[in-house]
Amino acid sequence: MKLPVSWAQSYAPFACPPAEFAAKMTMSGSKVEGWERESDRMENVVVGRIDAIERHPDSDHLWVCQVNIGAAETIQIVTGAQNLKGGELCPAALHGAKLPNGMEIRKGKLRGVESNGMLCSLGELGLTVHDYPAATEDGILVLEEDAPLGANAAEALGMDEVVVEFEITPNRPDCLSVRGLAREAAATFGVTFKDHVPPQPTGQGDINTHLSVKVEAADTCLRYAAAMVENVRIAPSPRWLRQRLRHAGVRPINNIVDITNYVMLEYGQPMHAFDYAYVNGAKITVRRAKAGEAIVTLDGVSRPLGEDMMVIADEKGPIAVAGVMGGEFSGVYDTTQKVVFESAAFHGPSVRATSRKLGLRTESSTRFEKGLDPSLAGDALRRALELVVELDAGDLVGGLLDDYPAPRQPHTLPLQADKINKLLGTALPEQRMIDILLPLGFAVQDGQITVPTSRTDVTRDCDIAEEVARFVGYNTLPSTILGGPAQAMPTERQRFESHCIDILVACGLWQCETFSFYSPKSFDAICLPQNSPLRNAVKIMNPFGEDTSLMRTTALPSLLEVVARNWAARAAACAVFEQATEYHPGPSTDELPIENQQLVMAAYGEGWDYLALKGVAETLLAAAGVAAWELRRADGGGSFHPGRCAEIFVQIPGGSLEKLGVLGEVHPAVNENYDIKARVVAANLSLDILFRARGGTPQSKPLPKFPALTRDLALAMNEEVPAANVAAAIRAAGGARLESLALFDVYTGEKLGEGRKSLAYSLVLRDSKTTLTDADADAIVAKVLKKLAGMGVALRS
Amino acid sequence: MKNQLEKIRAEAAGLIAAAEGEQTLDALRVRFLGKKGELTAILKQMGGLSTEERPFVGALANEVRGELEQAVAARAGALAASAQARRLAAETIDVTLPGKKPVLGGRHPRGIVLDELKTIFLGMGFSVATGPEIEYDKYNFEMLNMPKSHPSRDTQDTFYVTENILLRTQTSGMQIRTMLSQKPPIRIICPGRVYRADAADATHSPIFNQIEGLAVDRGITFTDMKGTLDLFFKQLYGPETKTRFRPHHFAYTEPSAEMDMSCYKCGGKGCPMCKGEGWIEILGCGMVHPKVLENCGINPEIYSGFAFGAGLERITLMRYAIDDMRLLYDNDLRFLRQFNEGGMQP
Repeated sequence: MKLPVSWAQSYAPFACPPAEFAAKMTMSGSKVEGWERESDRMENVVVGRIDAIERHPDSDHLWVCQVNIGAAETIQIVTGAQNLKGGELCPAALHGAKLPNGMEIRKGKLRGVESNGMLCSLGELGLTVHDYPAATEDGILVLEEDAPLGANAAEALGMDEVVVEFEITPNRPDCLSVRGLAREAAATFGVTFKDHVPPQPTGQGDINTHLSVKVEAADTCLRYAAAMVENVRIAPSPRWLRQRLRHAGVRPINNIVDITNYVMLEYGQPMHAFDYAYVNGAKITVRRAKAGEAIVTLDGVSRPLGEDMMVIADEKGPIAVAGVMGGEFSGVYDTTQKVVFESAAFHGPSVRATSRKLGLRTESSTRFEKGLDPSLAGDALRRALELVVELDAGDLVGGLLDDYPAPRQPHTLPLQADKINKLLGTALPEQRMIDILLPLGFAVQDGQITVPTSRTDVTRDCDIAEEVARFVGYNTLPSTILGGPAQAMPTERQRFESHCIDILVACGLWQCETFSFYSPKSFDAICLPQNSPLRNAVKIMNPFGEDTSLMRTTALPSLLEVVARNWAARAAACAVFEQATEYHPGPSTDELPIENQQLVMAAYGEGWDYLALKGVAETLLAAAGVAAWELRRADGGGSFHPGRCAEIFVQIPGGSLEKLGVLGEVHPAVNENYDIKARVVAANLSLDILFRARGGTPQSKPLPKFPALTRDLALAMNEEVPAANVAAAIRAAGGARLESLALFDVYTGEKLGEGRKSLAYSLVLRDSKTTLTDADADAIVAKVLKKLAGMGVALRS
Repeated sequence: MKNQLEKIRAEAAGLIAAAEGEQTLDALRVRFLGKKGELTAILKQMGGLSTEERPFVGALANEVRGELEQAVAARAGALAASAQARRLAAETIDVTLPGKKPVLGGRHPRGIVLDELKTIFLGMGFSVATGPEIEYDKYNFEMLNMPKSHPSRDTQDTFYVTENILLRTQTSGMQIRTMLSQKPPIRIICPGRVYRADAADATHSPIFNQIEGLAVDRGITFTDMKGTLDLFFKQLYGPETKTRFRPHHFAYTEPSAEMDMSCYKCGGKGCPMCKGEGWIEILGCGMVHPKVLENCGINPEIYSGFAFGAGLERITLMRYAIDDMRLLYDNDLRFLRQFNEGGMQP
């Protein structure tokens, strides 16, 4: 809301510099976004009179003017404009002048003739022909009114108004008006609010003989008031009115339209002026649209209407969408003879729903949707008629039509000072509260507060508390510390998550944050089969575009995008992870989707291969204290290399073995889709399942008292025998005295023969109760070898 | 014989002291002190001496032997020391070569800041509550005093999944869920992802993180809210930080406020960071609207509370002087590395 300060001052005679006004209004609750004064961007532009004008001796389109600026000598200025004859008053930018568009004026010569400045056009002053209808677009601006020679042209043109821009919150539609803000200003600066009550209009004849109004949708049209003006004299509005509109950001059109806009700005009440000639049947009906009805709105767009939308209709059909926008023939034209002014109160939620469905937001709809005070409609209509008379824009027809079945009554609240003090933490006397409320238009009598009907936001004690607090000043209230016991601990789950993140960071991975929605194409990018259940994703009804339309069912594409971005940025290596949420459709559309927490990793570059990432997973499992887990070869599901992919299963304590996730080298086809030319490894593990598989607090074991013996075994076998099976067999045969087992070499080569490999293990043997002898160790090894022989594994010869 | 001994003494002492290398020294030891050495040879002739002379020469011989043994040991020690010194000298490295760093990863800056905020609020007795990002309209809006047609909803452009399920625009749903399931006293913070239909630019993102807070108990006041939030920002940005509260409107709080903090760059004097204002808008807050308490089955005649919400990215951007929010979601390693060096992190 742009407020021309002088307009507000006509209601509340406060006086202070603009910066102070802005600061104090903000602190009392009317947030100022900024303020400006056009003349601040203008310098050294004065009113000058063209005392003499003659053709430039050396040009057929330039003119040499002698401009009188009230000084002893006239100033010579050359202009290319063709609309001057001599004797006019014009804005003259002198040497060193600055114009609103940033232009600086210097004296110089034009085709050899000295020019000591510039005569200004509308455009050069940032104005349009709507602001000064008498001026021409392509000539010098000629002042309509007299002004002292040499006076500041900005002042003479009304460009010295301070305009303050307010951010009005949705609870205060009353402040979307000059009157509303002036009321706030009066209370803020401790001056009296001088309301202007428009008089009862008197006109000729009886409106009822011209027009009838019928409200069929009384639940969504709380009031419909109308008045008529005949013998309409369409003309530009007077300068003072044009200027106020312009400063408030509204383009002046003609007197009738300007009056509706002026009243809307002053009272916050949207109005509409219909050309009576286009109200077919002289009958206005406020009703819901019928099935199949449509309207071409003022902006020329044809819009289908729904049966839940409210329209203003004549005999033929809708002529306006109630509270939103008029129809194409609902305007005011140069030929208009009679005008119907509409001033109504439409139900906010209904206007809002209609405006959203039509995708059409207007000054009118944004006001109505916040729920306007219906009492305003009558005042606004009378104010409009007052202006018609003042502007001589037509002749009033006698009487008003006012369908207002349930006039809004101001409601009352008890003034409970104790309760307010208790909520605020203050000890303010009741009288102080009353002193704050009265200037805001509240009445207080016998402990009862009467809330003005314009304050639709005030319904309870806490609302009164806010009025009190903001005028006492939020920052003059003390600051206190919360009392009572304060106990808080991160939950076990929260500590577990931090622990996992710390482990991954220690393993060399960088934490990421990626978007949780993506394109359906992401599924193709990771080569997910068409029938994959992961393609069943939660869809956003109103996404920005297809690219952000699905909630991710797997965060693998998100992490691969990060990898791709770093690859494109030529990072030699990249290892990243995210604690990512994945979303899966709920059991029914009425239920919330299922959200899973995952640890998703991806890496490429030196040191990062399948086994390195598996090592990270193993470290994580160990840190989580997972009691038992196993790895199963997996086919990669399209996303992973079919020969380098595994699924990890973990033992849930007291439960079964559950799939923790997948780990593998990313399929080259996927790499190609992401334009990554390195081998990428990735893993996607369920944090939820990892948490359930976690171990308890580690318990210490005594350090060994007896020495260990080490035996190294180089074993030969067919290539397809999994190392995990060999290790399991060694552990089983080694029994309790096999303290640890480590693979230290993997070899394939000619010496072994085609399809053969060798795995070398180091066995640490120890007995917790006695010193092992070589013979004991040999016996264990013999047992191990015997077991291995059963699966075709033997010592390498 | 005595002369012979003296001669050996003089000759051997000189040779031993001058011996270079262990081999030479060992050869000298054998030559003079060995079983077939010169000293032994002389001692073997002792039998030919008179009984008067024998003890005298014997003593001298032992003395010479002792001296020579000592000299050999001393020379051996010296040779070993110089050999070690040579070896060490040969092992000299360029100590200014770059160190071999362990390969560590690092935290995302937003994660680091969130941890710091959690620590501060845990210290003030606020537990951390998290919940679904895809939420019922009821919990995100309706129970927060924003029915379907409420114009306040326009300030939070919403992505919908169905008519009644949406991507949460705020983490307030967790406040509702907590109040429905827990009796006061309640003190929680609710960090998490939220979604708004804002196009991404330097200061906006359709996905960002919020941290909201809620305290409900008997007798909680507006001044408690001021004090708690003031303390929070003093902990986060230092004890000299000031806060300022401006009246504002939220449907779910009354009275409501926006809070500014003194610019952490200029301390309030005015600078480009705070656009010359000296203040930076940082969060919204207010006393929980009695209707919201009633919706959750908490009697507003007995209990009161305050709630607040701030954007985590905004705090992160300010903390690390990051000028574009999109960097947080690009995850360029050159960017991420910057926040795990340069000083202590909380």
